[in-house]
Amino acid sequence: MLVKRWMQGFAVCLLAVVMLGANDSGTRFSRLGHQMVCACGCGQILLECNHVSCPSSGPMINELHAQMAAGGSDTSIFNWFAAKYGATVLAAPIRGGFDNVAWIAPFAVFLFATLGTGILIYFWRRRSVLHAPPAGPAGMLDADREAMRERIRRETEY
Amino acid sequence: MPQFGSFTLLLALALSVYTLLAGAFALWRFKTTRAEDGSGRLGETARRTGIASFIALSCAAFALVWASFTNDYSVSYILHHTNRALNPAYKFSALWSGQEGSLLLWAWLLSAYGFVLRIRHRVDVRLSAYASTILAGIQVFFLLLLNFAAPPFAIQPGPVAADGFGLNPLLQYPEMVMHPPLLYLGYVGFSVPFAFALGALMMRYPGEKWIHITRRWTMVTWLFLTCGIFMGAHWAYSVLGWGGYWGWDPVENASLMPWLTGTAFLHSVMMQEKRGMMKSWNVWLIFSTFMLTILGTLLTRSGIVSSVHAFAQSDIGNWFYGFIIIVFAICLFTFFKQKDHLKSENKLESLVSRESSFLFNNLVLLAACFTVLWGTLFPILSEYVQGSKVTMGAPFYNRVNIPVGLFLLFLTGIGPLLAWRSTSLRSIRRNFVLPCIAMVVACIALIAAGVRPWSAGDAMQATIFSLVTFSLAAGVITAISAEFLRGASVVRTQTGKNLAASTVLLVRRNTRRYGGYLVHFGIVVLFIGIAGGAFNQSHEQEMGFGDSMTMGPYKLVCQSFTQESKPNFDTEYALLDVYKYGKKITQLAPEKRFYIASQTSSTMVALHSTLESDLYVIYEGKNPETDRPIIKVFLNPLMNWIWIGVLIVVLGTLLALVPNLNKATRSRAVPEPPLVEAEVQHVG
Repeated sequence: MLVKRWMQGFAVCLLAVVMLGANDSGTRFSRLGHQMVCACGCGQILLECNHVSCPSSGPMINELHAQMAAGGSDTSIFNWFAAKYGATVLAAPIRGGFDNVAWIAPFAVFLFATLGTGILIYFWRRRSVLHAPPAGPAGMLDADREAMRERIRRETEY
Repeated sequence: MPQFGSFTLLLALALSVYTLLAGAFALWRFKTTRAEDGSGRLGETARRTGIASFIALSCAAFALVWASFTNDYSVSYILHHTNRALNPAYKFSALWSGQEGSLLLWAWLLSAYGFVLRIRHRVDVRLSAYASTILAGIQVFFLLLLNFAAPPFAIQPGPVAADGFGLNPLLQYPEMVMHPPLLYLGYVGFSVPFAFALGALMMRYPGEKWIHITRRWTMVTWLFLTCGIFMGAHWAYSVLGWGGYWGWDPVENASLMPWLTGTAFLHSVMMQEKRGMMKSWNVWLIFSTFMLTILGTLLTRSGIVSSVHAFAQSDIGNWFYGFIIIVFAICLFTFFKQKDHLKSENKLESLVSRESSFLFNNLVLLAACFTVLWGTLFPILSEYVQGSKVTMGAPFYNRVNIPVGLFLLFLTGIGPLLAWRSTSLRSIRRNFVLPCIAMVVACIALIAAGVRPWSAGDAMQATIFSLVTFSLAAGVITAISAEFLRGASVVRTQTGKNLAASTVLLVRRNTRRYGGYLVHFGIVVLFIGIAGGAFNQSHEQEMGFGDSMTMGPYKLVCQSFTQESKPNFDTEYALLDVYKYGKKITQLAPEKRFYIASQTSSTMVALHSTLESDLYVIYEGKNPETDRPIIKVFLNPLMNWIWIGVLIVVLGTLLALVPNLNKATRSRAVPEPPLVEAEVQHVG
């Protein structure tokens, strides 16, 4: 029962951590502006481009305001910018389709690797239990004590 | 001097080829005949020519630096990367400011590592001979590049120019004199553990001594790479003027990937040392780390990915493709040929053990590495599949890597608390109660102090992330402190010394363990600094004389703005008085420079840094309509914690490199204690 409760608690925490990245990060303008890069070639996020005479960031910000004022959804705004400036204007692949692979692959690899590690540990443990040496006598001779001391030293060195 | 440089490069190539061929032949003769019959002497000549190649490459590097200092613009490289008015320190750093020079630096550092290895060959003559031959192979590749694909001493056609084109202004910054060499020391350094691992596998080296031999090499290399990466981050923060320090640029990613696999190797290699496990895994970890350093170099120099600080596109990338394929083929062949030599001596006995924590640590680090690699290469894949490139920027990496990073922070805390083989329930209870309490208390205290995600509005996601990080950090710091205290208490009981002296003695007895804890502590401090980024603020304003701007507790008042001409650049700057709670604390002078030789401009950030936050001020230029400067100000909380964290990591690594207090000294100082219950329990 206690284990079950711990497992449930852990699952909730894990879900909370995994879902951290799935929330809004600012006002709509700030959020959208931080998901695009400036088209001037500096490689910076649109709202962080710091060139005073940048030929791109000012007009792009105005376009973003205009698109938002026109009542477009996030997706339609992104699509509008991607159509005008190319897909590289989006700071991350968010157009759907093959772009989804970019997001799924790291989590899939991580989950499969975790699962694989869990299975590996399970089989190793099972094998070591099957091949465990018989238990020794309860009392400890000097030689045993010395051997134990050496093992402790070796295995607790770091 | 250019002729001398070219000659020494060619000589270094000839010497390295001899080291490779003679070394390989001597090892083959010994392996097949099992007799010295001259192969020992041949091997010795190979070793000595390897040493000579270092001298030849040192001469070549000296020749390039000399050409830079004497303004020899007949050399194309010097013409394109220096000018007469350049500061002498930057004339020296011109050695690594371009493609050819940085390749020369790479080859020279490799030969320097090889020099140390060959001088110290008596540690294990046969294994050193293998490692020396493998290093010579790598060196031959770089010298082929330098002699035929990217010669640093190429002569500029036509009449000699009166002045050079100058150094990229972004590179004219003190940290840029240190950052590339440190990064390269890290990159190149991984060649040595790679050479030892491959050599040990080739010769079926008995036991794990090769790991002991390479441990210091790996740690020193890791340390250099860590310093190089964070010095680069500090440079980006101080120079690029966008308020951040890490932009997930492909070139930055290229340095992070080998760091992640190298960190995984440093952890998992302990399992092999202590328990004879994970041998194949470790071998592939170090192989991958080395190949990732080459892949990073390929990405930087081939132009296959877009990067703001990659070298221009060149056909040099094909050489690296070829080299990676050859290295991979050799590694794969050797691995399958000697696979039976890598059988584990022990198996995992419990899920709750130090071994499994290392396994998960490796898993997390490799997952992070995969994410970074995936993000770096996905634009190429997307272009292949969809016909259009995509950008993989901060939003992608932040979203994917935050959960991975938090899991890593969690493991940093619990890993050291678990015993080898298995950990008893009693031990778990004893070790984990305090950190868990600290975590909960920290979480409640932070919420009480105002870190409330539900009322953070726009910054809810960032606030949750920070809250989790700070709470975990409190737990991990408590766990590490408890480990120190527990150990020191045992020593105090044994010796009767006070707690401070007992702690020092404890650390000296096992520098590796406690140095490692210090590194973990540094990582926690670093995470706290990163989490502080969730509360960054910025504001941009045009500021004339007497105008003011408020940012957090600070008020900035513009005193003046002016311009000056210096020998190497023209500069515009503003003088801003900074007040905190109404009291003047400093004056800042953010500036914008225009470099005459290269005809490019660069910002010089003005910074007021405290433990609490950084006031980061940028002079963005003048509004052409009003002729008044535009000032952008960032308030970056806990920024200094990042650099302090790195400093602690460096100290911890240095501590781990110090030899333990030896047994004889220890026995004189302290009589061997009887086996205590705590020690027995530690084994489980």
